[in-house]
Amino acid sequence: MKLRVIGAVAILLSVIIASCQSEEQQEFQRYYNGGKIIYEQRCQNCHSAKGEGLSNLIPPLTDATYLKTNKAALACLVKYGIKETIITINGKSYEGAMPATDLAPVDIAKVLTYVTNSFGNKMGIVTSEQIDKDLLKCK
Amino acid sequence: MKKLTGALFIILLYTACKFNAADTPKLPIYGNRDTASKVVNGKTVIDSVYQTIPSFKFVNQYGDSITNKSLNGYVYVADFFFTTCPSICPIMHRNMLKVYDDYKNVSDFKIISHTIDPKHDSVAVLKKYADKLGISGNSWWLLQGKKEETYQLGEKSYLVAVKEDSGTPGGYVHQGWFVLIDKQKRIRGYYDGTDEKQVDKLRADIKTLLAETNTNIAQ
Repeated sequence: MKLRVIGAVAILLSVIIASCQSEEQQEFQRYYNGGKIIYEQRCQNCHSAKGEGLSNLIPPLTDATYLKTNKAALACLVKYGIKETIITINGKSYEGAMPATDLAPVDIAKVLTYVTNSFGNKMGIVTSEQIDKDLLKCK
Repeated sequence: MKKLTGALFIILLYTACKFNAADTPKLPIYGNRDTASKVVNGKTVIDSVYQTIPSFKFVNQYGDSITNKSLNGYVYVADFFFTTCPSICPIMHRNMLKVYDDYKNVSDFKIISHTIDPKHDSVAVLKKYADKLGISGNSWWLLQGKKEETYQLGEKSYLVAVKEDSGTPGGYVHQGWFVLIDKQKRIRGYYDGTDEKQVDKLRADIKTLLAETNTNIAQ
């Protein structure tokens, strides 16, 4: 009997905690999950499922320093691609092109939320509003 | 009598198994096949003739001329790619690197990758690609040559589809097959180069094939 009461209280508590997950967390999860699907369709072939890239041909997404210092420029890279520019990540230079995408700002936000919170990165949500702002500054 | 039949049955079974073990190749032989009759000890024997990879002439990433004869005595894996390929090539070569790492020091094994975009993929471009991919030496050749020759070789000999199509990303249609060829230049396996599991099977099959051809030579 005592055990049952404890069990019931435990279940009730966990339900309360689960539903207490803040709106922010839910939003993050939505962006992250959506971003994962976009990543698999549009990025994974080259950057790989683990974000490791390919030798010196395709840069990895596992280097937190590059992503952090270039956070505001990431949206432009995803949208307009990269044309034969040399990118230096973790002391290695990568040269070559990345194709442009036709992703909507909200989808760019989702895929960047996924990338910047996977492969050892933990940079939090990238919102659609932030992407709108970042895209205005594209060169 | 019953005992005798039993014994006979067991002997028959044993020889049948033994026969199979000695004569059946462990890997299948693919491609079209034909029959040819030849005379052995005064008797006409029908023999099957397997499709083989015909002669070709290309240039590798070092600018060396490579022909089908350069592959005499090698078990090899062939694929088709181009350096600017945005779709399946990076996955294929991420997987092929595993094959390369396994067998780069095996003296009778090679990998050849034919570019299907020779206009862009010059010898210099291929060399740069090889350097960036991290491959060196002569165990993995990136081959460049006349476009029609490459396409014909792909479709008629390796039996994989390659063609130009402006409608697809990168402008070419091609499948990500890795084709395994034995020392007699016969096709012994097809593996989806984009599928990690199939590539693992290829890595195991290469070992089997190297062992098979080596015993044949020993005999």
